[in-house]
Amino acid sequence: MAEHPPVTDWRTDFDHTDDVWAADPYPIWDELREQCPVAHSERYGGVWLPTRYDDIAAIAYDTERFTSRSIIVSEFRPPRMLAPEGIAPPISSDPPVHKEARRLLLPIFSPQAIDKLEPSTRAYCQELIKAMGDRDVVDAAAEYAQHIPVRVIANMLGLPEEDADVFRGFVNHVLEGVSLPLEKRAEGMINLFGYLQGHMEDHMANPRDDLITFLLESEMDGKKLDPFQVVRTIALLLIAGIDTTWSAIGASIWHLAGNAADRQRLVAEPDLLPVAMEELLRAYAPVTMARLVREDMDWNGCPMKAEEWVLLPFPSANRDPAAFEDPDKVIIDREVNRHAAFGLGIHRCAGSHLARMELRVALEVWLEAFPAFELADPDAVRWSGGQVRGPRVLPVKINV
Amino acid sequence: MRVAVDVERCEGHGRCYMTAPELFEADDIGNGRERGDGTVPPDLERKARVAVANCPERAITCEEAN
Repeated sequence: MAEHPPVTDWRTDFDHTDDVWAADPYPIWDELREQCPVAHSERYGGVWLPTRYDDIAAIAYDTERFTSRSIIVSEFRPPRMLAPEGIAPPISSDPPVHKEARRLLLPIFSPQAIDKLEPSTRAYCQELIKAMGDRDVVDAAAEYAQHIPVRVIANMLGLPEEDADVFRGFVNHVLEGVSLPLEKRAEGMINLFGYLQGHMEDHMANPRDDLITFLLESEMDGKKLDPFQVVRTIALLLIAGIDTTWSAIGASIWHLAGNAADRQRLVAEPDLLPVAMEELLRAYAPVTMARLVREDMDWNGCPMKAEEWVLLPFPSANRDPAAFEDPDKVIIDREVNRHAAFGLGIHRCAGSHLARMELRVALEVWLEAFPAFELADPDAVRWSGGQVRGPRVLPVKINV
Repeated sequence: MRVAVDVERCEGHGRCYMTAPELFEADDIGNGRERGDGTVPPDLERKARVAVANCPERAITCEEAN
């Protein structure tokens, strides 16, 4: 994270990979929302940062003037020739090709399809708890949260479970390696695509009942998918499904470890969990997306240049007092909660039903095993920076 | 009272059928749709309003009975 000089002025020189942002971005967004609601930084070749709900929503809906060709801010902009599909369809696709690429994935991630994965997810969460033995302090991020989405997505795709560390290495590279020099970043991408290519070829030779085979046999416009598109879509599912859910599970456990009243209420009223989860997703939304400006333009007084980035910090939208009452309070039975944790518009997180199932099951199993727990050392907690924010080190005292 | 999901606006967040499964259901791609003709029994009117208020895309319309 330390490749960039530290930020001294968040209004004119922000950097979302800065350690201060990673540790606690909310005061930064609150101040910007009041004083400079669309900030600009020269870093990464130009980045804009809207912090109000309405501005973030307007840009998310405006697929004409903002392209999804790349959604991770770095020094590297994928070549324009990749448009309109982009590097990892459908997240990187614009209309009209976006719709069909997304349509292909949605049935796999429908609530009905995801329900079937619940028993195996629960069994795996229980296995992780059992593996903790009888220690007093465990790392809820490293020993619990991070493993759950890796296992679930590996099984869905049909990739070996034992490659979990390999996947996490790829994800870390793509999402957190944004400050690396271009050659290093390219090298990581080549390794990722090489790994997936190998598994795809194996699936072509030996079809089985999993998502890679499903994609290889799928058709768009009456034609089988191009294997290169299959690899790019697998890369998307692997990358988008891991850090994000890991972060949401970790942040929820972090909140409950530090707020005894909320924890006790959820233990006493397990039926409240689905509503409480939406509030935890609102308050600690892990994901900030990005767009590229398509053409030079004046956007609400901001002189945006073609190929500049625009960050879409959905977690900041979720803390906007114009959109939510008492936005900085976590109210676990908040009834009206139109949060944007999974984005807004045509790019709504395609895996949101999977993410919710994993989060719910992970919290149910955790609360059953540890009805009383607290932070072992609040100062030791470490949060990831960049566009997916969640606890990466989370020592929790269990059985208090 | 009657509810209806605007299929053009719905992006499949699923908040309606999670909040009020008696009134909404998921289609095969996870988009929400009203059950039956969307008529809301009197004892579910409050739930219907909560579902409307939680739709991130503001895709649900609710016609109050005269």
